[in-house]
Amino acid sequence: MPTYSLKVNGTTHQVEADADTPILWVLRDQLDLVGTKFGCGIAQCGACTIHLNGEAVRSCILTISQVTDQEITTIEGLSEKGDHPVQVAWKELDVPQCGYCQAGQIMTASALLDRNQNPSEAEIKQAMHGNLCRCATYNRIVKAVQKAANS
Amino acid sequence: MTRISSTIDRRSFLKVSSLAGGGMLIGFNFLTACKSDVQPPVNIADLNFNDFNAFIQIADNGMVTIFSPNPEIGQGVKTAMPMIIAEELDVPWDHVFVKQAGLDTDNFTRQVAGGSQSIRFGWDSLRETGATARQMLVNAAAARWGVKPAECSTSEGVITGPGGESLHYGEVVREAAQLEVPDNVSLKDPSEFKIIGNDAINVDIDEIITGKPLFGLDYKKEGMVYASVLRPPSFGQTLDSFDDTAAKAVNGVQEVVRFGDKVAVIANNTWAAIKGKRMLKAEWKDGEKMESSSDHDQLLSDLLDGSDFETLREDGDISKAFAEADQVIERTYTSPFLPHNCMEPMNFFGEVTDDKVTLVGPIQTPEGTRSGVAKLLERPEESITIDMTRMGGGFGRRLYGDFVMEVAEIADKIRKPVKLIYTREDDMTAGIYRPAIKYRIAASVKDGEITGYHLKEAAINRNMYNLIPNFFPAGAIANYKVDVANYQSNISTGAWRAPYTNFLAFAEQSFFDELFEIMGADPIQTRLDLLEKVKGTTDEKIEYSPERLQNVIRMAVEKSGWGTQKEGVHQGFVAYYCHNTHVAEVADVVMENDMPVVKKVTCVVDCGILVNPTGARNQVEGGVIDGVGHAMYGDFSFDKGRPGYKNFDTYRLIRMKEAPEVVSHFVKNDLSPTGLGEPALPPAGGAVANAVYKATGKRLTSQPFIEALRQQSEKEIKG
Repeated sequence: MPTYSLKVNGTTHQVEADADTPILWVLRDQLDLVGTKFGCGIAQCGACTIHLNGEAVRSCILTISQVTDQEITTIEGLSEKGDHPVQVAWKELDVPQCGYCQAGQIMTASALLDRNQNPSEAEIKQAMHGNLCRCATYNRIVKAVQKAANS
Repeated sequence: MTRISSTIDRRSFLKVSSLAGGGMLIGFNFLTACKSDVQPPVNIADLNFNDFNAFIQIADNGMVTIFSPNPEIGQGVKTAMPMIIAEELDVPWDHVFVKQAGLDTDNFTRQVAGGSQSIRFGWDSLRETGATARQMLVNAAAARWGVKPAECSTSEGVITGPGGESLHYGEVVREAAQLEVPDNVSLKDPSEFKIIGNDAINVDIDEIITGKPLFGLDYKKEGMVYASVLRPPSFGQTLDSFDDTAAKAVNGVQEVVRFGDKVAVIANNTWAAIKGKRMLKAEWKDGEKMESSSDHDQLLSDLLDGSDFETLREDGDISKAFAEADQVIERTYTSPFLPHNCMEPMNFFGEVTDDKVTLVGPIQTPEGTRSGVAKLLERPEESITIDMTRMGGGFGRRLYGDFVMEVAEIADKIRKPVKLIYTREDDMTAGIYRPAIKYRIAASVKDGEITGYHLKEAAINRNMYNLIPNFFPAGAIANYKVDVANYQSNISTGAWRAPYTNFLAFAEQSFFDELFEIMGADPIQTRLDLLEKVKGTTDEKIEYSPERLQNVIRMAVEKSGWGTQKEGVHQGFVAYYCHNTHVAEVADVVMENDMPVVKKVTCVVDCGILVNPTGARNQVEGGVIDGVGHAMYGDFSFDKGRPGYKNFDTYRLIRMKEAPEVVSHFVKNDLSPTGLGEPALPPAGGAVANAVYKATGKRLTSQPFIEALRQQSEKEIKG
């Protein structure tokens, strides 16, 4: 099995895996970073969203061979103490219900705010439209992104 | 402080509790506290544990751990149930840690997440649990001071004596733990509540927003392997043969195990298990019944046309009312199957050894599931433990332990700790679906009054049960009948969020809207008038309150601006009672690009005392959007037993841009609380349909609405 060099949350790991292994499963099974969730496996729900070089991407369809030596950030690495403005807003507005999709939502939202510090409501909805929330916490998510943008 | 006496005989305490549900015998121990600065006592052997169980734990420094008995699926009980205990225990909420209790039938009852019943059933016993512990702490302090307990008071975890002396709970917990459980305790008057009625943020929030392991899918054990299971692709098929050569060649695949008509691929990581499963080559054999949704549609219509019904309620003489009527209006409503689509796909951990079975994961019904596993593996229940993780949604799917049976069987065969993981395709195609249903509703009108009402249900397998026919309009119409008929299918069906009423509410409330219009009657006043007739009913089966339903109707009129909406905004009204909660909803619909768009839903809820307002609002917002989403888009069908949808590329769930604004209002009263996981959902579809009618002039009689609207516009084009 080939070995790949991965840069995750600022740490470099050497990981043995088949070339077609989605990075999602490497993070979860091999690196014990289970904050990134499995939802659909075909990039349709957003539960597995991570940052690749600062951009929000779906880790369930990105293979390990595609991300070697690039900067990967997961929910665990978004902030040291869970105090990224998006996380703070999520907590203040008590966004989650079941909570399963929320890491993916937070990763999409934080990537949006990195490139657009003051998004309109329409821009927020456009950016977040690919992230499903089965509990339908959508309205609180919009408010939390706005709150984070204003903080 | 005003206190209400609550008499609890110590001997009957367990008995009373086991009837009331929730969780019971309180107890103290110092063994567990979540944070490292809370030190366990030096000598726990000094404590008398015989009479105690650890439902409340108080550490020496006064910090409290409360175990939440019921499964958490996103409905918020892991926050709300401990709030009720903490309120009566009289401790500050920020001194409380919450932990999920495991399945423990000796000490808890009804450890179920379902039917919006956790808070309703738990209310009294959770309060008594907290109050009993508080009283024992007071008794211990009073004894130390040589005063009467009645001379002492508590506040924020501190006991104050008659001379102004004070002790915090942690200082007397050792003595308290030795005391007898008191025979009676007093409960707070609701006006004294400090925790209940104030927003408490989800107790797992920090773990959720930082991605800590919480869910079943996140659970790991040293040496654990992963299983992915190949199941018959169509309902009705059986496994004929399979070839696992290619599967076994996948890196990481350890073994391939057949059980029944399923094949499990066991691997040392999830991806290898999934990939191995995809490489299996299986031959399937069709059974005698390979059913299609188009056939079901005809079968259900035939049932409604036929006469073979079970009557669930009958008042007066429906035939006579219909024969004597000026007018009889009849409509038929059709719903598809629905999958649950929890965001966290089904999964479970299992380990089977000669002595014991260990099961960990997301399950709404741990007790029933343990019984099932005991039977399956032919082992005593005492040898089986089930621990519940936080769940990435339930919606009824996790009431069924089918996936736990699977992992138990696999673990029994391979004798390794194993995690079973469903892919999304597994989850959507091996479902326990909301059954496809047809309702036919007929009403007779004479001299401007509704004289008869006949509701007929035809459902795949089973749907309505005997409580539902006593909901409104039962009691309001003299001649009233509810008939049900079923077609037994091999497609597995079961409860789906707000079972039975999730579609019935749309059918009945759309029917009323049309009926009132045909009668030339006002939809609000007519509802109020019908409810007036139910007041003072002696029918014990009528559990809804006409007064409370009238009240939410009036509030919804006021809060939604009913009748005073802006030009271009079309409103639809629904008032509904289910899951012991009274709800009225108004949907605001506007036309955009010739399509109706739901902009806002105003929701008024009477669920009694609001335990956790932020959680309650979250449930209402989510329930309404879920109801709108599935009414608009939710579809599921079968072709010769094969599910027509497998994943979110074709299966449409409501997304952010389609979600309406939800404005929720709660009736303020001191009545015991009821649940909120479900009751906001059923009225949403009807409110949307009634608003869509006003916007388009088209009556919607089938779901999903998006498909019904498409078919209607096609008809118009064909003309």
